[in-house]
Amino acid sequence: MSEIRFEGVERRFHRPGGNFLALENICFEVAEREFVALVGPSGCGKTTLLRMAAGLDFPTGGRVLVGNREVRGPGPDRAVVFQQFALFPWKTIRQNIGFGLKCKGTPLTQRREIIEHYVTLMGLQGHGDAYPHQLSGGMQQRVAIARSYALEPDVLLMDEPFGALDAQTRVLMQEELVRLARDNPRTVLFITHSVDEAVYLADRVIVMTPRPGRISAIIDIGLVRRTERWIDCEHIEEVMAQKSFVHLRSRIWRLLRGLESSGETVGRAMETGVG
Amino acid sequence: MAALNGPTPAVRAGTLLEAWVLPAFGIVTFLMLWAGCTAAGLAPARLLPGPGAAAAEFIDLTHTPYSGAVLQVHLLASLMKFSLGYGLAVLTGVPLGLMMGRYRIVEWAIAPLYESIRFIPPIAWVPFSILWLGTGFLAPTLVIFSGAFSPCVLNAYRGVHTADRAVLEAAQTLGAGRWATMTEVLLPAALPDIVAGLRVAAGFAWQSLIGAELIVGSTGLGYLIIQGESNLSSTVVVAGMITIGLTGAAIDFAMLRAERFVRRNWGQ
Repeated sequence: MSEIRFEGVERRFHRPGGNFLALENICFEVAEREFVALVGPSGCGKTTLLRMAAGLDFPTGGRVLVGNREVRGPGPDRAVVFQQFALFPWKTIRQNIGFGLKCKGTPLTQRREIIEHYVTLMGLQGHGDAYPHQLSGGMQQRVAIARSYALEPDVLLMDEPFGALDAQTRVLMQEELVRLARDNPRTVLFITHSVDEAVYLADRVIVMTPRPGRISAIIDIGLVRRTERWIDCEHIEEVMAQKSFVHLRSRIWRLLRGLESSGETVGRAMETGVG
Repeated sequence: MAALNGPTPAVRAGTLLEAWVLPAFGIVTFLMLWAGCTAAGLAPARLLPGPGAAAAEFIDLTHTPYSGAVLQVHLLASLMKFSLGYGLAVLTGVPLGLMMGRYRIVEWAIAPLYESIRFIPPIAWVPFSILWLGTGFLAPTLVIFSGAFSPCVLNAYRGVHTADRAVLEAAQTLGAGRWATMTEVLLPAALPDIVAGLRVAAGFAWQSLIGAELIVGSTGLGYLIIQGESNLSSTVVVAGMITIGLTGAAIDFAMLRAERFVRRNWGQ
């Protein structure tokens, strides 16, 4: 049981000069082994939602449940991949990947096996004893992903994990994530600024509006992906060339621009735009 | 090629100038001024010995016992007191600083007390240290402890506060318990600050040690120079002061190297 459920979540921040409503009436569910992407302009509270699922932030109204239990704090059942990697700079790549396992008390020999498995899987061979600052951004991010995967968490929370990467590395990492998700499906909540990324990776895309953050639309990608057999495409650019992909992408863009949305969200999203 | 190679010697010369020529120039100028003052008879040699006399006394002290021991033994006595007091300060101060940085409850309970105590200069602990520990080896040790303790606490505390929150959160989401968070995340995260604090603490500790030995003690460099003063032997005083200065500089240099090592290996 690893579904994530947001039930009428509201989040107010106390600011000098009054309260600031960051999130209002957020209701959605990420089903078990489903990949859900959150898109929306900066400041729409995407990261706050993810932090709530991680147990690093808490709602001021409503509830956040993971596996039917209210989230009370962080835990190794919900791995987080942070935008800025957040690797331990004083630990080697192997020590970074093995940290969660060490905390869990996994025996050393078994731990070594798992670490080697992820070092190989993520293409980090020959860098196992390097320190994070000696690696490129793309490699650092692979270490961060390996560190989360190594615990085999039921839930994976990813906050713009590829945001800091160059375009080429980004594509490689996206393809890798699709492979990993196919071989080893998890419940994933994924935040991104990139509509392409969301459509390529997710089963469902949730579009949010800013200030206060609300859900504007939920778009099902999984059905299209299965019927159009995107899985047969080896590379991202082939998927992106599909008519169905282009159609979904422009639909989300229109939503973000507020052209297709109803009433109050018009204009709001347009002001802010999407990065 | 000439244009490419051109700047290299200039850079090297600059480094050489900064590293050796200018410091040497400063020291030589100082020694000449000093020798000039004594040679001109600005003060009687009894009160202001020249560099030559001081150097001769320095060499003499290394093989002729003065106040019960040769210079090296006095130095060793001081260093032993230093190591004990400083070691205790590091072993208690750093964990306390880490706890204060990590747990609000500890911070609130300790901070006001600590803030008051840290403004009591180490020398002010001398009377108490004599009352409690007599005039032996341990009295100056307590004084050193009080000098080194503060910077240890302060820097460990600051190190935890300035640690990257994202890294701490990452550790929590990976299931790190209290002990692992402290030893594997906060301590290393704070280490650059802690080492900087250890360097400041070492300086304070060395200075307070000499101060303490001037008042209590029967061995050590401070004791040596106060004996020199009682015997109106200004060369002993100067030779002792030079030893104190050079040893302090050596300790600081070692700590600086440790600090640089940590910064480099912590990827900062």
